[in-house]
Amino acid sequence: MHILVVGGGMGGTILANNLARRLSGELEQGSTKITMVSASDKHMYQPGLLYVAVGKMSTSELYRDQKSLLEPTIDFHVDPVEKFDLDNNSVTTKSGKKISYDILCIATGSRGDAAAIPGLAENACQFYTEADAVAMYKKLSKFEGGKVVVATGVPHKCPMSPLEITFFLMDYFKKRGIWDKVDLHYTYPIGRVHSLAPVAEWAAPEFDKEGITYETLFNMKEVVPGKVISEEDSSAEFDLLITVPPHKGMKVIEDNELGKGGFIPTDKKRLNMEGRDNVYVLGDTTNLPISKAGSTAHFEAEALGENIAAIVQMGEPVRDYDGKVFCFIEAGDGKATYAMFDYNNPPNPQAPTSGLHWFKTAYNRMYWASARGII
Amino acid sequence: MSERILVDAKNTFCPGPLMELISNMKMAEVGDELELLSTDEGSAADIPEWINKVGHEILESFTKEDVLHIVVKKIK
Repeated sequence: MHILVVGGGMGGTILANNLARRLSGELEQGSTKITMVSASDKHMYQPGLLYVAVGKMSTSELYRDQKSLLEPTIDFHVDPVEKFDLDNNSVTTKSGKKISYDILCIATGSRGDAAAIPGLAENACQFYTEADAVAMYKKLSKFEGGKVVVATGVPHKCPMSPLEITFFLMDYFKKRGIWDKVDLHYTYPIGRVHSLAPVAEWAAPEFDKEGITYETLFNMKEVVPGKVISEEDSSAEFDLLITVPPHKGMKVIEDNELGKGGFIPTDKKRLNMEGRDNVYVLGDTTNLPISKAGSTAHFEAEALGENIAAIVQMGEPVRDYDGKVFCFIEAGDGKATYAMFDYNNPPNPQAPTSGLHWFKTAYNRMYWASARGII
Repeated sequence: MSERILVDAKNTFCPGPLMELISNMKMAEVGDELELLSTDEGSAADIPEWINKVGHEILESFTKEDVLHIVVKKIK
């Protein structure tokens, strides 16, 4: 049995390690093999980019060697897949190597697509790559005051990031002593300040208290120097525009026509690609209507690890993914809260506390143990 | 020929039915019809509010077995 994991981000890494532990006997006997192919020999802690953008984390803290995070029984190659031949259970990599599999797991992730909105990339700061996060910090550090607008595209990775970057910007400007020279204006695509109603009910009064203005039902249509225009025929003028850009799936998924927008149609419980019994999808790569977040990939990977191991050992999966998501929410002023929910249970976030902020700060370092599958 | 795109946002909380509809609307072609399924109580109000504000068209809206179905047409 050959299990091929495509993608070495959070989902792929946790899944491969989970499988390597569950199938240690089969791996030792040689009856099962786990291969991972990825585009990079480095593993990035993507949530750290938010912190880099406001000077709270250094870029060196973002990375570990991918191989160091993997169980030694996993055969790891830096050789990204370029072609999927699902009918013949094989992929072709960049180097031209053809790899056959019995079970395929696709965890290629998503990417910011600022180019989807005319003028956005040229006029806004964003923080979804190391280069962009560093450029944003440089721009912030030279900013002396004026109108700052936060604008969010759809869909986007990490649903908490629009709120978190807004509160972090407030903290940053306060720390620099220029908060009284800043007008911070938050915009959001739907009719409240966050997707989750209880989070929106908490955040809007916080904005009011801090003097952060906001406009909802604001979907970016176009950006020109100094002004962002919405599909709803509204606009916001800015001296500095910060964006959570719209996202799409990876190019290789689009090129192979595996899913519209680069997101693969996926069964919400079994996590198999629709119409394929031996192809599984996890993390940002799915088209599931749930948060594109590291914790989603994590919980999906745990369910898939259990199921794929059961398929290898017993021929049948043993559980469904229940839609579990857990997201920290940095609330500024040294406090944080969290939202936890699944397909059947809505979130019920509590008031932010400094304890949760420190727990999140600790998790930023504990992540590496999480990727290894230790916690 | 336009196609009807099913957006199944039942029992989802984040990003939620309206955000799912906006995402799918962006990927759709002008003239496409999208059918959103939602179990969120707020959808009956907030989906029409956004559709009307942006200028798309609601073709049909009904509730069947506790699931709200809203069929919309992408106009622009």
